[in-house]
Amino acid sequence: MELTKLTVCQAADKIRKKEISVPELTQAYLDRINELNEKIGAYITVCGQDAGKQADYVQKKIDNKEELPLIAGIPAGINDNICTSGVLTSCGSRMLSNFIPPYDATVIKKLSQNDAVMLGKLNMDEFAMGSSNETSWYGQVKNPWNPERVPGGSSGGAAAAVASRMACYALGSDTGGSVRQASSFCGAVGLKPTYGLVSRYGLAAFASSMDQVAPVARDVTDCAVVMNVIAGHDPLDSISQDRREDYTSFLKNDVKDLKIGLPKEYFSGSIQEEVKEKVLKAAKVFESLGAHVEEISLPLFEYALPVYYIISSAEAGSNLAQYDGIKYGYRTQQFGDLVDLYKKSRSEGFGEEVKRRILFGTYVLSSGNYDAFYNKALKVRRMIFEEFRNAYQKVDIILGPTAPSTAFKIGEKTVNPLDMYFNDAYTVPANVAGLCAISLPCGFDSNGLPVGMQIIGKPYGEGTILRAAFTYEKNTGGNGGIDCGI
Amino acid sequence: MAITKEDIERLADLARLNLTPEEIERLTGDMETIINYSMSKLNELNTDDVLPMEHVLPIRNVFREDICEKSFDREEILKNAPEKAEGCFLVPKVVE
Repeated sequence: MELTKLTVCQAADKIRKKEISVPELTQAYLDRINELNEKIGAYITVCGQDAGKQADYVQKKIDNKEELPLIAGIPAGINDNICTSGVLTSCGSRMLSNFIPPYDATVIKKLSQNDAVMLGKLNMDEFAMGSSNETSWYGQVKNPWNPERVPGGSSGGAAAAVASRMACYALGSDTGGSVRQASSFCGAVGLKPTYGLVSRYGLAAFASSMDQVAPVARDVTDCAVVMNVIAGHDPLDSISQDRREDYTSFLKNDVKDLKIGLPKEYFSGSIQEEVKEKVLKAAKVFESLGAHVEEISLPLFEYALPVYYIISSAEAGSNLAQYDGIKYGYRTQQFGDLVDLYKKSRSEGFGEEVKRRILFGTYVLSSGNYDAFYNKALKVRRMIFEEFRNAYQKVDIILGPTAPSTAFKIGEKTVNPLDMYFNDAYTVPANVAGLCAISLPCGFDSNGLPVGMQIIGKPYGEGTILRAAFTYEKNTGGNGGIDCGI
Repeated sequence: MAITKEDIERLADLARLNLTPEEIERLTGDMETIINYSMSKLNELNTDDVLPMEHVLPIRNVFREDICEKSFDREEILKNAPEKAEGCFLVPKVVE
């Protein structure tokens, strides 16, 4: 039996039946990382010793017949923008290449309380700014399905690690689609929770009005299991909401009562033909299972992208002002006065994409531009929010592609920044409007690369999108995930 | 709208960044592309009667009792500081 092929739920079951032990399972993952990480580049830091110790500790509890949470002893990977006490948290940036947080993010505390095993910290686009993992200071993550392709991003390490079985599940972050788009490119399942459902405490801030910690898993069931652990109110996050539910209770094979909207705007324009075809085929599957599928219109679709880039860059420019070379992080070697210290530290510490966003954010907030850009974007944001609210009067969920294409080649979209930004066209609307959304595999293109579809739900509609995704998976043989063959 | 090298230099100064001549060159072009795309797109919409939406949640201030709790250990916090002395962060001389 290949231990790393087990899902969270399958492994948990075998651990309880004493068919496998937690140290065996953890070692299998560490061996896998040892074998593959050089090729894939998913991990920045591997915590072999700590993982081993934690595995022994959890196994002891099991041997003592203690009642343990479902994810106890299951090895996970953590995005490197989530603070882990005593373990490097670099955000994929030279700026934090020496930053050892003195505290755990709330989601990490929750994993610890549930006796999870942390394998290490995952590579990502620098400060989560990117859609291909090409901006990391720690090098490119490769797509496990084809190493010439990008894994998506920014949470490319998380998706690649789960898809190549270097982690049983992972925590990424989703500000503009990071977890969903990377999951789509790597053939994993990624869920962006409703804004406010999962605590942001200890997640390095990128765009605070959209940031969410988000799980990546092999299948929908595992995603629900991880959501059960990480969701819930946290007094340390001022926008945190007390809306957690038991997400596994929604995993029912039934969509007969569901109305599914297919926005016509999502299927026209520059979308890869095979992606369109597979997602429409998935709509047929839902229809054959008794769901009501209808075409809807979301004319503001094309405006979500500029709104997203204006707001996220404005917020990022402000948030990243904290990196000044004084309190933590990178400091330049040679400097004159204080401003010189700031400028040199920031210029040497940040990569080009981060600088580009900081400059754009500074531009849209500067006097003379504030109304025309930032305030205008906030107004259009409300229009988009209202458009979704109206759509959800008619349908329960919205179905579309996760990304306009399957995984593209490394270097293919690095010349013109807009080419890269257009990749996020389908994922940013959920962030702009604070909705929940899940991406799951729905077939392959002619190059053998996974295609992802996206189910977008109302605020706090995680139960419904999980049920729809679970039903699709169950009826198309996708439970347990798809195998990238390495 | 045309973005000049001087615009980029001014923005970089506001954002406390130094840019190399090559970076200025590249970023001037990039910024012009991104700015013009965003502006032309959003200007297609009439937003006269729309209120700006900073946040998707109905945000209220979150209050709590003002109780002293144990916080981080000073030494622990200073461990990440590039330069420190006598329990403080060290910075270059600010006041002449």
